[in-house]
Amino acid sequence: MSLATLLVLADGRLPAGGHAHSGGLEAQVSAGRVRDLDDVAAFLRGKLATSGLVAAAFAAAACRRPGRWAELDGGLDARTPSPALRKASRAQGRALLRAGRAMWALPPIGREPHQPTALGVLAHAAGLGPEEAAVAAAHGTTTGAASAAVRLLALDPYAVHALLARLAPACDRIAGEAARHADDAVNDLPAAGAPLLDIGAEHHATWEVRLFAS
Amino acid sequence: MHPDHATPAGGAWPRPSENYVPHAHGPDEPPHTHPDPGVDPHQALAAGPRALRVGIGGPVGSGKTALVAALCRALGEELRLAVVTNDIYTTEDADFLLRNGVLPAERIRAVETGCCPHTAIRDDISANLDAVEDLEATLGPLDLVLVESGGDNLTATFSKGLIDRQIFVVDVAGGDKVPRKGGPGVTAADLLVINKTDLAPLVGADLAVMDRDAKERRGELPTVFLSLVEDRAATPVAEWIRILVGVRGPAG
Repeated sequence: MSLATLLVLADGRLPAGGHAHSGGLEAQVSAGRVRDLDDVAAFLRGKLATSGLVAAAFAAAACRRPGRWAELDGGLDARTPSPALRKASRAQGRALLRAGRAMWALPPIGREPHQPTALGVLAHAAGLGPEEAAVAAAHGTTTGAASAAVRLLALDPYAVHALLARLAPACDRIAGEAARHADDAVNDLPAAGAPLLDIGAEHHATWEVRLFAS
Repeated sequence: MHPDHATPAGGAWPRPSENYVPHAHGPDEPPHTHPDPGVDPHQALAAGPRALRVGIGGPVGSGKTALVAALCRALGEELRLAVVTNDIYTTEDADFLLRNGVLPAERIRAVETGCCPHTAIRDDISANLDAVEDLEATLGPLDLVLVESGGDNLTATFSKGLIDRQIFVVDVAGGDKVPRKGGPGVTAADLLVINKTDLAPLVGADLAVMDRDAKERRGELPTVFLSLVEDRAATPVAEWIRILVGVRGPAG
C-alpha cells in the first residue's frame, strides 16, 4: 500500500467535482441551523456518524470486491431516500470516475455509480485496501462540507482546519468500523440515516438560487 | 517569427511550400535535421464527432451573457449549437437566454460552481464536461458548444481540457486601463472582445489607448471592438467562430 497514493486519492484538489457540493451544509445554513464554528462542528460530527459511516462502509466493500459494484449501488439507493441526494452522489461518482480513469486502469462500473462505490473501485485499482478506501470516504465527508462552510459562513479557515484536525481521530475510528464490514452482505452493511440531511437536500433542490449543487 | 512559420490569413496552416529550400549543410556541421516547416507543431483540434467548444470568460458585467445571446441569434440557424452557463446563481444566465428567446431550454445547461467560478472552468472541470456530454447525448451531434464562465476577475482562464478556444470579454466601462493590466485572460485568450464601445464617450474611455495596450499585451492574437447595442449579431465574433467551425469541418 502506498501512503502517497492514498493522499492523491483523498486530496481535496482532486478534480472530482467536490468543490460544487456542500454536503448538505448550504441547506442547513439557509435554514439557520448552522451559523458558527460550533454548529459546523456538530454538523460534521453528525454527518460522520451517519452518512459518513455508510459511505465509508460501502467504499470499503467496493474496494474489497469491485465486481459487486452494481449490488452495492443498489444498497446505497436503498439507504438514500432523498432523490436529490441520490442524484448528487451519482454526479460526484461520475466525476470521480472521470478523474480515476485518468489515473488508473479501472474495471467497468457503469456511467454514474454512487460516489462511495466509485471511491472503493478507484482505491482497489490504485492498489489500496478497504481500510484506506474507508478513511478516504470518511475524510472526504468532513473536508468537503468544511470547505463549503468557509465559503458560506466566511469562517476563519484556520479555525475550520483546527476543527478538521480534532475530527481526524473520529474519522479513523469510523473508517475502522466501516472496514470491518467490508465482507458483509450488502443488506448487513451500515444503514445510519440523517433525516434532516434528506429533508434539507429536497428543499435545496427546489431553490431557484443556490451556490452549491447539493 | 521565421517566415516559414507565418500563418496565412484565415488561420489555416500552410502546406510545405514548393519554393521552400532547406539551407545547405557544410562539411563541418554535425548531422542534424529540421522540422518540416509545413507541419504545425501544435496539437490540432481534435477531429471527429465532438463539437467545437468555445469558452467565454471575463469580469462580472462585461457582457458575456449578452454576447452569448448575440452569438445564438447570429449562429443558431446555421450551426447546431448549445450553451453551458456557470453563473453563481444557477439559472440566472439560462433564464436570460430563454427570456430573450434565442435558444430553446433543452439546448442550455446550467452548472453550479460552489462559489468558485474559476475552479469550475480551470481546476476541476468535471461538472462542465458532464454538462457538455449530456447536451451531446440528448441533442445528438453538435457543431458548437459555448461555455460561459461565471463573472470572475482578470486571472480567470479556461482549461484546455474543457475548451478548444477561449474568448475573454472586457468592457470600456471597466476603465480603459484594463488591457494594460493584463492577466492571463487579456494576454492569452484566443480572442479579446472589448465590449460596450458605445459607452466610451460617456465614461471617458479612450479606445485608441485600449487598442494600443491590447496589441502590446497580446502580440499577434486578435482583438475586436464590439457594441451589442449597435451590432446585435456580434458580427466580428460570429465571423471568428464561423472560421473555426469551418476549419474543423462538420460534426459527425
